[in-house]
Amino acid sequence: MLIPHPLLGLRDAQEFTYLGDAALLDRPDPADADAFADYVYLRDNPAGVHRELWFHEQGDRSWLVVTRDTVTHEILGAELARDVKLKGGAA
Amino acid sequence: MTRLTGGLIDRSRSLGFTFDGRSLTGHPGDTLASALLANGVRLMGRSFKYHRPRGPVGAGSEEPNALVELRSGARQEPNTRATVAELYDGLEAHSQNRIGSLRFDLLAVNDLMSPFFAAGFYYKTFMWPRAFWEKLYEPAIRRAAGLGSLSMQPDPDAYDKGFLHCDLLVIGGGASGLAAALTAARAGARVILADEDFRLGGRLLAETHPLDDAPATDWIARTEAELAALPNLRILRRTTVFGAFDHGIYGAVERIADHLPDPGRQVRQTLWRITARRAVLAAGAIERHIPFQNNDRPGIMLAGAMRAYANRWAVSPAQRVAIFTNNDDGHRTALDLAAKGVQIAAVIDPREGVRAQGDYPVIAGVVGNAKGRLGLTKIEVATRNGSRWIDCGALGVSGGWNPNVHLASHHRGRPVWDEGLQAFLPPKDGPKGLICAGAVTGQGSTGAALRSGAQAAIATLADLGITAHAPDLPRAEDAAQNLHPLWHVPGKGRAWVDFQNDVTVKDIKLAHQENMRPVEHLKRWTTLGMATDQGKTANVTALAVMSELTGKPIPETGTTIFRPPYSGVSLSVLGGGDTGAHFRPRRLTPTHASATAQGAVFTEAGPWMRAQYFPRSGETHWRETVNREVLATRKGVGICDVTTLGKIDVQGADADEFLNRVYANAMASLKVGMVRYGLMLREDGTAWDDGTCARLAETHYVVTTTTANAGPVYRHMEFARQCLWPELDVHLISTTDAWAQIAVAGPNARRLLERIVDGFDLSNAAFPFMACASLTICGGLRARLFRISFSGELAYEVAVPARYGHALMARLIEKGADLGVTPYGTEALGVMRIEKGHAAGNELNGQTTAQMLGLGRMVSTKKDSIGAVMSRREGLAAERRLLVGLQPVDVGDPVVAGAHLFTEGAPQGTDTDQGWITSACHSPHLGHAIGLGFLENGAARMGEVIVAANPLAGQSVRMRVVSPHFIDPDGGRLRD
Repeated sequence: MLIPHPLLGLRDAQEFTYLGDAALLDRPDPADADAFADYVYLRDNPAGVHRELWFHEQGDRSWLVVTRDTVTHEILGAELARDVKLKGGAA
Repeated sequence: MTRLTGGLIDRSRSLGFTFDGRSLTGHPGDTLASALLANGVRLMGRSFKYHRPRGPVGAGSEEPNALVELRSGARQEPNTRATVAELYDGLEAHSQNRIGSLRFDLLAVNDLMSPFFAAGFYYKTFMWPRAFWEKLYEPAIRRAAGLGSLSMQPDPDAYDKGFLHCDLLVIGGGASGLAAALTAARAGARVILADEDFRLGGRLLAETHPLDDAPATDWIARTEAELAALPNLRILRRTTVFGAFDHGIYGAVERIADHLPDPGRQVRQTLWRITARRAVLAAGAIERHIPFQNNDRPGIMLAGAMRAYANRWAVSPAQRVAIFTNNDDGHRTALDLAAKGVQIAAVIDPREGVRAQGDYPVIAGVVGNAKGRLGLTKIEVATRNGSRWIDCGALGVSGGWNPNVHLASHHRGRPVWDEGLQAFLPPKDGPKGLICAGAVTGQGSTGAALRSGAQAAIATLADLGITAHAPDLPRAEDAAQNLHPLWHVPGKGRAWVDFQNDVTVKDIKLAHQENMRPVEHLKRWTTLGMATDQGKTANVTALAVMSELTGKPIPETGTTIFRPPYSGVSLSVLGGGDTGAHFRPRRLTPTHASATAQGAVFTEAGPWMRAQYFPRSGETHWRETVNREVLATRKGVGICDVTTLGKIDVQGADADEFLNRVYANAMASLKVGMVRYGLMLREDGTAWDDGTCARLAETHYVVTTTTANAGPVYRHMEFARQCLWPELDVHLISTTDAWAQIAVAGPNARRLLERIVDGFDLSNAAFPFMACASLTICGGLRARLFRISFSGELAYEVAVPARYGHALMARLIEKGADLGVTPYGTEALGVMRIEKGHAAGNELNGQTTAQMLGLGRMVSTKKDSIGAVMSRREGLAAERRLLVGLQPVDVGDPVVAGAHLFTEGAPQGTDTDQGWITSACHSPHLGHAIGLGFLENGAARMGEVIVAANPLAGQSVRMRVVSPHFIDPDGGRLRD
């Protein structure tokens, strides 16, 4: 797979480490223990468009939010995770 | 059998080879199969289940039958298709899957017992008793069924991996592939043309019809010469594109030296990863069989293969042959062989009003049976007027051609049935950027294939903004096949559909009868298409037979899904050069050379090689060495390279706040010039990693991680920085490799360090326990000093730029000679930390909590940090197991890590389990074995005698529960 890194262009997926659902950006308020349980344990696993976290470990060490179709593996976009978070998170 | 005339073999040279020890000869240009046929050998193997005698069915990579072992010794290679094994001088081949000789295989008794071995036999029979599965059934079945054998020796050859990029990858070098490559290369596109054969031309090499009134080989030679002269095109011969992967990435294996007796200095094969903006699949078509009773006799082959053997390799499997066909293409085989002087016994054709297209007899009917166990002798021909036997030594069968859509459906796309062509065509939703050309699309005539290849290249390059023009293509035949579907000849006996896995029409009927009708069930019940050839010649026929049985049309019966690889790929080439020492990177510490000089024994710690212990002459056991190193450290001073611990430099105005959130304990309150132990939790509340956190300046920290988690902790901290709190002003960089770090431990540690620091005050008042500083040593070398201790002794860790690590070690050894300075390794390190009761990887195993480690109070409730919320969950908060020390009541008894703890006298089971031992060692300080472990309600059980059970070794040892701090429990040594 090739991932379109927003700063570095198309990069081979082998340079990245995969984490999973980008919902991990939305860490809940520590006062809300129930929300934390969902945050830690519940993930959507869609057949289709999925926003997910990839770490450019063998590259510039950016965390990216990659939008990927899990059925076709088509990559619809990639953003710097910090930009996504600063804009209000994954949700 | 002698050779026919013509052919693409070099008769001026002879190549000697052996088959089952028999010396034979062939010519350059031959495959093993063609050379064997030229020597009159039709019998080349035995089938998988029934051990039926078999000869080649095809002439290419789809071959199900003619599997042989090539070479001997370490290079012995099982399950090689004789039809694609290029002949070389000295080639050594053996038949396989037999007990006894190929002609008299003792396991052929399976064939007589075939009524018992029908589809599903194994599922139904070898079920009970369960104890027989592994000990009796499996070895027996594996012995009887199976193919070639492995040499069990390491592969002596070199393999490589490579990366290629292109605008257009053309897969297949036949008529359409050559036309596509020529079109694209002339337009200036970067092109790769890959073909699995050792000679370009594909099916053109097997045919006699002319291109522009000249032999096809003339046009191929001209085209090849032009392509070879173009700098923007690369030809990969002997290269199988085996898979279409995501985003235009294709896997290919180039067999560089498989056709040589010995690769010499070359690699044997290269695994290419080809990134192609666009691809043209021009993989041709594979002929299909028409099953009839005993259609697997050696000498019965596909008509197109028979024609290929005659035209390309100048050999016929027999002097007198017959053809059984349901289409015009089969007649072409009769014409070509007749032209070469082979006697055509008959062409048997079931189509209405069929006529001969040349001087040979035609019979309107079908072939119903065959005789000749070790080689075909006669066939039974059934017509409207009854049946009769006809003598022939070979039979060519053509049931039509299946487009080779394999790669086009590697991305889930299912092939589409075309009623007019009676064939599956490539799916519409195939791999993005891949289009098909030629026979893959049903455009099987030479003229259509050439045009289709050129058009495909023009169309797909237009997507890339490259304008290409159709070349002047040669005039070629454009004959239709006029196929009339005939999927099998009904009748008694067994008619083979899948030759390699011995699946017959009867088996498919049985699957239907037992309601294994969906194609996925059919496949698994009968093992159809599950052999090494993946059913290339079988699957479509089997679907058609099932469709007849269910009365549903073929597309409703299903299609098979194709997955990579297209044909077998050796594990050696997938490994590339990354075997043995190159399997993964090996990292050496900055003091590796010094440790080597000291005679160290090394151990792997993740990718690192670390000194395990430093044996001295006269020491006879590793423990003797370790005891010496421990005692020398505890009584004097020891030094140990601890560079492998992860180091992360944290800087920024918000560095303190960031670390507060990443560590469970408070870090913001840490004073400049001090170090604090840090505990990291996972977000689920479990303890994850620990280390030290040193504040070198207001906005500058250096934190350490365990060796194993150096990478993951850094990744996690970047996650926290970028994904959770990007608003914080903080930056991270891993400096593990930048600094060499050496622990100096023991009562003489300060005295030793005083000899290397540049006027730095090391007194307890000036530089107390848990202090840190940047300083210079050895006359100006910048360094960092941390007063931290893993051993429990007065200890420091001194860090210098990595390139000075070796020199620092040498200086410490030199300056400490009179203090008895002793290098110690990871074993002594481990012993000392167990004696001190420090947790390490054995305790931080991803299942333990801060509370269990005795560090529960460190999880601050005054701030939020990763894992803090979840660590307070009811279940984790109620955890009462605690890290304790354990020592045997009888000091001679052993302590074994992994042993489980039980209350004395209580029954021993999972319900009464009280904990387990995590770490154990011999303590030279105490003179007996000790251990650390987690014990239920451990805090209240100090002094209690419990039992450590190790049922694997039949051990049950009485242990006393003690503090985990076996030495210096109040920490006086650290603060001295």
